[in-house]
Amino acid sequence: MNFRMIWRILSFILLVEAVFMLPAMLLCAFQKETVSAVSFLITIGIVLAAASVLWLLSRKAKKGFYSRDGLICVGLSWIVMSLFGALPFRISGVIPNYIDALFEIASGFSTTGASIINNVEALPKGMLLWRSMSHWLGGMGVLVFLLALVPISGRNDGYTMHLLRAESPGPDVGKLVPRMKQTATILYALYIGLTVLDFIFLVIGKMPVFDAVCIAVGTAGTGGFAVTNDSIASYSPYIQGVCTVFMFLFGVNFTCYYLLICGKIKNVLKDEELHWYLGIALVAIIAVTLNVRSIYDSWGETIRYSAFQVGTFMSSTGFATTDFDQWPTLSKAIIFSLMFIGASAGSTGGGFKVGRGLLVIKMIRRNVRQVLYPQKIQVVRLNGRVVDEGVLRNTNAYLCTYVIIILASFILISFDNFSTMTNLTAVVSCFNNMGPGLEGIGPTLNYSGYSLLSKLVLIFDMLAGRLEIFPILVLFSRSAWRRR
Amino acid sequence: MKIIIAGYGKVGAALTRQLLDEGYDITIIDSNKKNLESGQELYDVMAVCGNCATMDVLKEAGVMNADLLIAATSADEINLLCCLTAYKLNKNIHTIARIRNPEYSEQIVLMRDFLGLSLLVNPEKQAAQEIERLIRYPGFRKREKFAHGRVEIAELLVSADSPLNNIKLMEMSSVTKCRALVCTVLRNGEAFAPNGSFVLKEGDRLFVTAATSELALLLKNLGIVKHKVKRVIICGGGRIAVYLAQMFEKGSISVQIIERDPAKCLRLAELLPNASITNGDASDLSLWESERLSVEDAIVAMTGLDELNMIISLYVKSFGVSQVITKLSRTESAAILDNLSLDSVIVPKELCSNNIVGYVRGMKNHSGASIAVHRIADGKSEATEFHVTKDTLNIGVPLKKINLKKNVLIASILHLSQCIIPNGDSTFEPGDTIIVVSDSDKAISRLNDIFE
Repeated sequence: MNFRMIWRILSFILLVEAVFMLPAMLLCAFQKETVSAVSFLITIGIVLAAASVLWLLSRKAKKGFYSRDGLICVGLSWIVMSLFGALPFRISGVIPNYIDALFEIASGFSTTGASIINNVEALPKGMLLWRSMSHWLGGMGVLVFLLALVPISGRNDGYTMHLLRAESPGPDVGKLVPRMKQTATILYALYIGLTVLDFIFLVIGKMPVFDAVCIAVGTAGTGGFAVTNDSIASYSPYIQGVCTVFMFLFGVNFTCYYLLICGKIKNVLKDEELHWYLGIALVAIIAVTLNVRSIYDSWGETIRYSAFQVGTFMSSTGFATTDFDQWPTLSKAIIFSLMFIGASAGSTGGGFKVGRGLLVIKMIRRNVRQVLYPQKIQVVRLNGRVVDEGVLRNTNAYLCTYVIIILASFILISFDNFSTMTNLTAVVSCFNNMGPGLEGIGPTLNYSGYSLLSKLVLIFDMLAGRLEIFPILVLFSRSAWRRR
Repeated sequence: MKIIIAGYGKVGAALTRQLLDEGYDITIIDSNKKNLESGQELYDVMAVCGNCATMDVLKEAGVMNADLLIAATSADEINLLCCLTAYKLNKNIHTIARIRNPEYSEQIVLMRDFLGLSLLVNPEKQAAQEIERLIRYPGFRKREKFAHGRVEIAELLVSADSPLNNIKLMEMSSVTKCRALVCTVLRNGEAFAPNGSFVLKEGDRLFVTAATSELALLLKNLGIVKHKVKRVIICGGGRIAVYLAQMFEKGSISVQIIERDPAKCLRLAELLPNASITNGDASDLSLWESERLSVEDAIVAMTGLDELNMIISLYVKSFGVSQVITKLSRTESAAILDNLSLDSVIVPKELCSNNIVGYVRGMKNHSGASIAVHRIADGKSEATEFHVTKDTLNIGVPLKKINLKKNVLIASILHLSQCIIPNGDSTFEPGDTIIVVSDSDKAISRLNDIFE
């Protein structure tokens, strides 16, 4: 392993984290929340100290950075980032227990939006901002941000590809343009553009600026931390509509937006994953609308609530406008399934990803045909292109690991004696970076009741879910820590 | 500038590295997924998998916005088709195709013109020309031509009994008694831009510029006596061997080709009436004993295996032949080669990529863009040829008053087709051609970039 290179990248990441803490600190100072401001200041100091130690360790780093280094680097970065990101909560005493603080920030970075805070409105605004900023940074990925900013080493190395692959979700990640730096810049430009657009639409709806910032970055990262106790429910129908649209937009593969800007509308319209993503959403909205019609007063209201809830579950955001735990079983079953499907590959959303699901379905179809016609030679196609067998193998492996981790976590957190549905949705929700679940962790409740062990398990699930398992899993392999 | 490289083989990889260093955006196309993966891992490029002659793949690689397409797949016909297709899709694109089949070599200019290609390169033929020059004018390990052959940069090895051993550079002219300039010294794999007090040591490799006419004098005064070659023995009957044999067809030098494959031997015999073809294994050392090698022989080791070529060269040197030339396909192990004391080393892919990089630089179409580029000293230094125009800075100023960038040297000035090896009082005028030697990692693409 090229540890020195990894330390160098880690030190850059800590630097980025410190910079992203600044707005929160300034807001605290501006609002005379002295304790919070000081705790941010202390944290920034610690982060900078750690960054400089890592920088010193990384001197004379050799080039040569392979896919294993990339995986480890991404996994480590996210863990280190969470460990330091939790400090302001703990130091200021807003969240007295460090594990709780870690849960909160890991939920932030992984864009889950699962909270252990009972009364969000009592928190200093700076803390809320930091929580929401973590969504934004975690949504597109901090390493992609780094790739857009700094040439980490040698100008023309291709190894940065491993970082993009490990951090961006999806079965087959590629560049948009030849240069990695430009690819990362384009991704972040699109991301920033969409976020600002969301913010503008929210402000037009007379949302307070602070709320609009937090909700916009929370939607962008498909996170789900809100600034009020009842999430989005108390805002106007217009704002709820804007949120619904943008949640869907951030669940689309960003490559589609790039193609759109390049004028290749045909390619976007032909994208199979996009068809399925929108198709599933539409069917789910119609089914839920029909199912919950009796609860609400008018059709308009029903559609608004069902579309918002479908959007939040499909894009794995985690906002809520109604207590969906009170819905009929069919609707709950639908939104529960949507958590598994998740958003598109290459988006900021979580879940198994529509594209990957599509591959699995196509492989099943192939296997059925193979049984019927054993001599038939078949390939799997996506968007008319043959999908590499290696990608298919990885998808299968991913599916198995996905199921095993969900089951194992489900058993581990069952010690706490909550209902089966609560535990199951907690694991599925955290692992798919969703946020709220059903019953004991429904939209009106939160995760504060879980024991520390369960919280640690869920923290693992959130990070593993965001990074698509392997970058985190590889850290548990002994061979990852060998020097050679 | 956006460049597409179709075919990621040895030449493709060499080009990718060199053009990336120059700061271009590169997309590589190959039908072999494994190859592409490794390319993407090594370099910051975009990779597209597929047949580069199809419109779909070319479009995906961004041919509509690309400025240059270099087709270097293993098949000539695919290269041509690829360039044609790209040209039909995008009228503004420049296309370079690699054509290697000797059967096409006579129609190469014709093909270029009516197929609308910008440049056709033939690395094997270039290599053959290079080898021919080394054999016809023995004495130097390597020679690079500039300004239509009027100036050359030649490589010399300082041996233990050389008169240059332990000599300061400023005293060198008293030994050589001719106008020559040392522009780069390669010592232990490191390149130095020497000044007057630099002391030469045994094992140094010198890169000397001089007018082509002065080089013979230089050899004579240094006591490097080389016998005129009468027989060339080529190991391995590949494409280069065919080109090379054709070049020696007329004249006093006889050619012998040793090839292992009987069928190939037959084809060579049909193609080359004047060469003698031997069916045998060049790695079989007893074969060399039966050949009765002498000082009048030159051996060219260019089988398909680098390792075998090195061993053959080292072995035949012990017979005291006057010239041994080794062809290598890979240069990753250049540092090891230094210790092996091989005489001349020819790397076809480097010749080819030098040629293309020169074209690419010219394409930028700035005033004062370079005309030719040669990588010397194992690729650590770069010699670049420029035209001096009205827009060039410091015209007419003596060199001693000009602040050049660090590690940049004006190696020669061609004034009215006369070669001047510059000293502090030399000047250059519009219309002159000058040759600049610099570090290869700080590539110089415009003449005015050399000034501080």
